[in-house]
Amino acid sequence: MITVGIDSGNRNTKAVILRDGEVIGRAITLTGFDANKSAENVYEKALADGRISSDEVASAAATGAGRKMIKFADDTITEISSSAKGILFVHPGIKIVIDLGSESSRAVKLSADGKIISYSINDKCAAGAGVFIETMARTLQVMPEEMGQLSLKHTEDVPMNSQCVVFAESEVVSLIHQKTAKEDIAYAIHKGIAGRIGSMVRQVGIVDGIALTGGPSLNTGLVQTLQNEIGKEIIVPEYSEYISALGAAIYASETAQ
Amino acid sequence: MSENTKEEYWRWKEYNWKNPEISDWKGGLVTVGVDVGSTSSQAVILTDGELYAFSSMRTGSDSPGSAVNVINWAMEGTGLKMEDIDYAVGTGYGRVNVPFADKTVTEITCHARGANYIYGPSLRTLLDMGGQDCKAIHCDDKGRVISFLMNDKCAAGTGRGMEVFADLLAVPIEDIGEMSFNISEEPEPVSSTCVVFAKTEAIGLLRSGWSKEKVAAAYCSAMAVRVVKLLERNGIEKDFAITGGIAKNTGVVRRIEKLLGIEALKTKYDTQIAGALGGALIAKTIVDKKGLKALR
Repeated sequence: MITVGIDSGNRNTKAVILRDGEVIGRAITLTGFDANKSAENVYEKALADGRISSDEVASAAATGAGRKMIKFADDTITEISSSAKGILFVHPGIKIVIDLGSESSRAVKLSADGKIISYSINDKCAAGAGVFIETMARTLQVMPEEMGQLSLKHTEDVPMNSQCVVFAESEVVSLIHQKTAKEDIAYAIHKGIAGRIGSMVRQVGIVDGIALTGGPSLNTGLVQTLQNEIGKEIIVPEYSEYISALGAAIYASETAQ
Repeated sequence: MSENTKEEYWRWKEYNWKNPEISDWKGGLVTVGVDVGSTSSQAVILTDGELYAFSSMRTGSDSPGSAVNVINWAMEGTGLKMEDIDYAVGTGYGRVNVPFADKTVTEITCHARGANYIYGPSLRTLLDMGGQDCKAIHCDDKGRVISFLMNDKCAAGTGRGMEVFADLLAVPIEDIGEMSFNISEEPEPVSSTCVVFAKTEAIGLLRSGWSKEKVAAAYCSAMAVRVVKLLERNGIEKDFAITGGIAKNTGVVRRIEKLLGIEALKTKYDTQIAGALGGALIAKTIVDKKGLKALR
């Protein structure tokens, strides 16, 4: 059976195609102003990647911030559930999955038999999400993708007081005026986000077996600072950006039976 | 901040003012209050406890420089020099960086005192909306603080939040309040408290056809809701008044009044000088109590 999972995120829309428990196609595209259109586009791309056509697909499920807007989805599933399903599929032993999005993030605690025990969400404050990195990258005049590597090259631990993206922007401008190195500023920003994410994870209780998923997980600097903050090793699975979409595809296969 | 750096809509006017009713300060006791905030700095000069001159300007990235700049600007046209100042109090987020201050006092204490002068002894509940914080202050008839609650971690309900929106809507910040009433029906407030998310929400609304006026209304409304929550947690008692830059934004003020069911006291004075004014008044109290000779 072939199913598709769509993760309609605030920044990117991801699609994963699953056939009998194996991923056969993936695609990602920017979520434009029309979430449904972006989902349709990425679906086409994923189908092409899997070399199949849409009539071979038995069922589609959508997750992410824009999930209710995806007209062709047969069902929807929350990011809590989709990230849990997705991570357990690739790493069955994981006890906490930290899923980072562009505007929201969540920590989901899992039992040994793969059930969701508890979770905590941050969707009220931009400082615990990817938009923080993007905004700061603009202020530092670097590409968002460069931020991680930049922070790893820091030499000083410059304290940053702002826990707010808006305040941090002003603070970074001040630091730039004071000729602080971009690497050190980038590191301070990562520490700030790691602090907020750490608070969120502590709400479910820190244990061994932690995985990080979502777009910001590709930021090696963030993974490093987060490991330091939490004090545990963090696994970033392959195709970490697609884990929630994968979870949705798995859900589609479970409910289509 | 804004992609278009030629126009800076968030930049509110800097100004200085001299009391036309006081022609000569000589012989009087000159006390000064300097409030170095994260966003703006003010200096207030009193002669014998009367408001003589003040100035308000953007705080640069250099706090000690800001303090000196703002007092120099207040003194402009008065004939006063630094050595004529009998006693100076520094306050605000950057108060440690007022090099000429004889004493530093917390901004909460100074704001309550300054508001008491501006609004009178009937004032009990004060909402101060600063550049990067907002405070709910409960005070007595002498302007002494009884209790307070502060948010300084989050841009929601602060001047910076409003600056972001002025930038987004490309409307000068001084005009946002009034234009938010050019609507046929009051919209729901934007659903996000977070300024970053509210901004994204606003972009979506503009794209879906909302007018700038309607978006301004939705944001002013959200800000009002946020600060009223802070006020309610600290307790509200009449009379009520607002200080800080946003007190000049009728779009936010009138919506706060509507939610509280209480009218805020109004003033002819500039609401941004409350902190510095309080500092200058406290300076006078100190001198009155201890005598200048003892303080030298």
